[in-house]
Amino acid sequence: MSHVIEMLNIRKEFPGIVANDDITLQVEQGEIHAILGENGAGKSTLMSILFGLYHADKGKILVRGKEVHIHSPNDANDLGIGMVHQHFQLVHNFTVTENIILGKEGKFFLDRKGASKKIKALSEKYGLNIDPDMVIEDITVGMQQRVEILKMLYRDAEILIFDEPTAVLTPQEIEDLMQIMRNLVAEGKSVILITHKLNEIKAVADRCTIIRRGLLIGVVDVKSTSVSKMASMMVGRPVNFKVDKKPAQVGRVILDLHDLRVMNNKKVLGVKDFSLSVKAGEIVGIAGVDGNGQTELIEAITGLRPIEGGTIALDGNDITNADVRKRNEIGLGHIPEDRQKRGLVMAASLYDNVAIKEYYHSPFSKKGLLDAQYLHEYAQQVIDQFDVRSGEGIFSLAGKLSGGNQQKLIVGREVVSDPELLIAVQPTRGLDVGAIEYIHSQLVAHRDKGHAVLLVSFELDEIFNLSDRIAVMNSGELIDVLKTSETNEQEVGLMMAGVKRKEGAQ
Amino acid sequence: MKPMKKREKQSNAFLVAASATVLGLLAGAILMASIGSNPFTGFWYLFRGGLMNIERIGNTLATATTLMLVGLSVAFAYKTGLFNIGASGQMLIGGLCATLVAHKVFLPRPLFLVVLIGAALLGGALWGIIPGFLKAKFNVHEVVASIMMNWIAYWSIYYFIPAYLKGPSLETESASIAVSQSMRSPWLTKLFNGSYMNLAFFVAIAAVLIIKFILDKTTLGFGLKAVGSNRFCAEYAGIKVNRNVIISMMIAGGLAGLAGLSFYTGYSRNMQIGVMPAQGFDGIAVSLLGGNTPLGVLISSLFFGILQSGKGFMNAMTSVPPEIADTIIAVIIYFTATSVLFKRFWDAVLKRQMNKAKRKAEMPETAQKKEDQ
Repeated sequence: MSHVIEMLNIRKEFPGIVANDDITLQVEQGEIHAILGENGAGKSTLMSILFGLYHADKGKILVRGKEVHIHSPNDANDLGIGMVHQHFQLVHNFTVTENIILGKEGKFFLDRKGASKKIKALSEKYGLNIDPDMVIEDITVGMQQRVEILKMLYRDAEILIFDEPTAVLTPQEIEDLMQIMRNLVAEGKSVILITHKLNEIKAVADRCTIIRRGLLIGVVDVKSTSVSKMASMMVGRPVNFKVDKKPAQVGRVILDLHDLRVMNNKKVLGVKDFSLSVKAGEIVGIAGVDGNGQTELIEAITGLRPIEGGTIALDGNDITNADVRKRNEIGLGHIPEDRQKRGLVMAASLYDNVAIKEYYHSPFSKKGLLDAQYLHEYAQQVIDQFDVRSGEGIFSLAGKLSGGNQQKLIVGREVVSDPELLIAVQPTRGLDVGAIEYIHSQLVAHRDKGHAVLLVSFELDEIFNLSDRIAVMNSGELIDVLKTSETNEQEVGLMMAGVKRKEGAQ
Repeated sequence: MKPMKKREKQSNAFLVAASATVLGLLAGAILMASIGSNPFTGFWYLFRGGLMNIERIGNTLATATTLMLVGLSVAFAYKTGLFNIGASGQMLIGGLCATLVAHKVFLPRPLFLVVLIGAALLGGALWGIIPGFLKAKFNVHEVVASIMMNWIAYWSIYYFIPAYLKGPSLETESASIAVSQSMRSPWLTKLFNGSYMNLAFFVAIAAVLIIKFILDKTTLGFGLKAVGSNRFCAEYAGIKVNRNVIISMMIAGGLAGLAGLSFYTGYSRNMQIGVMPAQGFDGIAVSLLGGNTPLGVLISSLFFGILQSGKGFMNAMTSVPPEIADTIIAVIIYFTATSVLFKRFWDAVLKRQMNKAKRKAEMPETAQKKEDQ
């Protein structure tokens, strides 16, 4: 076996924490090798060492059998190692070609045409389907990622590292990316895939190195290892994929949408004559591919976006024209899609963040004066109950928490305020298995208390796992509402593509 | 555990400001040396000029008063994510309103002071609320709007003073306000040996405390800070972003109006036309060095007050030009603006020390373990 990359007995210590402890990673020529671990397990540190961003305290790195010392990303590039970062590093008003040749412009005269030709050839060879003359800001996120891949290929990378590549992609784009990875390997490249999504590993990887809390747990052959086995190796205990829940005890109507019409940012109707009701004691999941009006719909319900027509009623009150605070007071909880932009004030403490919706009324404050003692106690209660881990407890800044803990904080804030309707948008995006399991159980518990839950997710698994009914959305229209027990992923998948159920097919 | 953490953070902000200040002074020293003067005598006279006797201390405090109020204005707006570059105009209008009251309103002293202070506060607040409103309603950037407001104030003064408040001899400045109608107070003047020290100093101290209280303890401050740190989250949480923008600019304007009160009816007792008060911009530096916090502003305004009032004395006693003091201020601002570097530096130093202490604490243990084995 020829190992294209070997990282032997790597140790890296940060003040107060051992990020990598005696980790060995061996990647074979022409394989897709996954690195699996929870957030903070040490995956990124390991890759940063390989990419020259950190220097290992102990251990050595061999590339094609030769020991190397990588001091910077440039060294890594020279060795044929390329990395597709989670956050793309592209100049938005440059064309694809300009972005790719950036830093490799060559001599004084820019040979745009030559570069463009080479890029086109590469794109065709690996099935990337990229037009080199498009401007970055005009292309989709999935395409931008492929530009990042092209950038590596243009620099003759032989080993490509993908850092959480699917976090920003739609299901279709994920499929495309998997195919691209297979194409890369077929052409003799090697791929390292960093992820905590087990399905993706199962679908595409050959072998998988599993890391937990900086320690190497094992290397498994993906084909012969079950998903639940890998999950329990990653988390350190058996993981429950199916959410346990009792049949729904449905009560009165909590949310009632009638002929809702909402403009999107392009000033065209993003939500078209949308009518839906959500009852107490049930979870309704909105299934659909990203960008089909879900964001506009949720913003309209929560009062963050004006509507063009229709009515919204919450627990019998007409809230069509109510402001956000009024809606919250009637009983609306909202776990927002973008937790860093909407959900939290990064520069503020956890206790401020926990109180941000309710600080203005008793018992949080009296006569305009904040009750610091109560704020602290309340926040302590939330972070204890929801196991939010942080360096300085309630005095930590929200920005210092890991993504999973940030999300737990938001879920805690929304659930503890006990709203009649809880809207959860992508509640587990980018989280690891343990956190997902926990947040799912909280949503179900909220339902079982007799409240309504409206769930938006781009992952069908999640929709099917949690929902009692599924509303399928396509191009801003409600295609159909189905009972989860009476449908399957295939049918919903078709509806997500806009295919309506045939008359009488039931 | 909690008080420890807090102290650590504060000292960090203080270290950053102190590092910037030391480097600024160092740069001043190099400049003095390069023009052939002795930096030690230069600084000696600079600080003596600000502090050598009770009268000069009074002048330093009076200078600092104006800077403190402007600094507070800038810092307060900053907490709501706004940049108040319009303090000069707000000072002018606040000063004009106060000057009008001083000339035209006659009341018993305590009541008169309340009206005088109120007039300045309202004038400044009016000048602040307009850019705030434009920002909230039409999304006009507050920097553009408040610079415009500065010039509207400037030319309004140009018209108003000669037309309504003309002095007996000069066309270019208003008639002097009687001491009994100003913020000066005979006992203070006496206490500080005839300096410019006036009652506005206490107004400024009170303002610092009130603003600190509003920001730390009230729901109003909570909402303002939320809007300033993340307006999207504030909007999501049901906080009215636009209303907070207007309130913030109104209060910031009022504070700058009080700065006008301290300068035009306290430090001096008349208003000149054709002068845009430089304190409106110096206040940005005060706020920056003070870490945009009320107490920080208090300290940094006193420091800038010393530099400002000492530079004349330094010039008189040595060959060092007074511009050196301005250069020092400029360099300090430069270093404060790049404070991230200091923060990293001090974080690294503190961390290293902590690690060392930890290792020392662990060392005997491990040594003992080895012995046991």
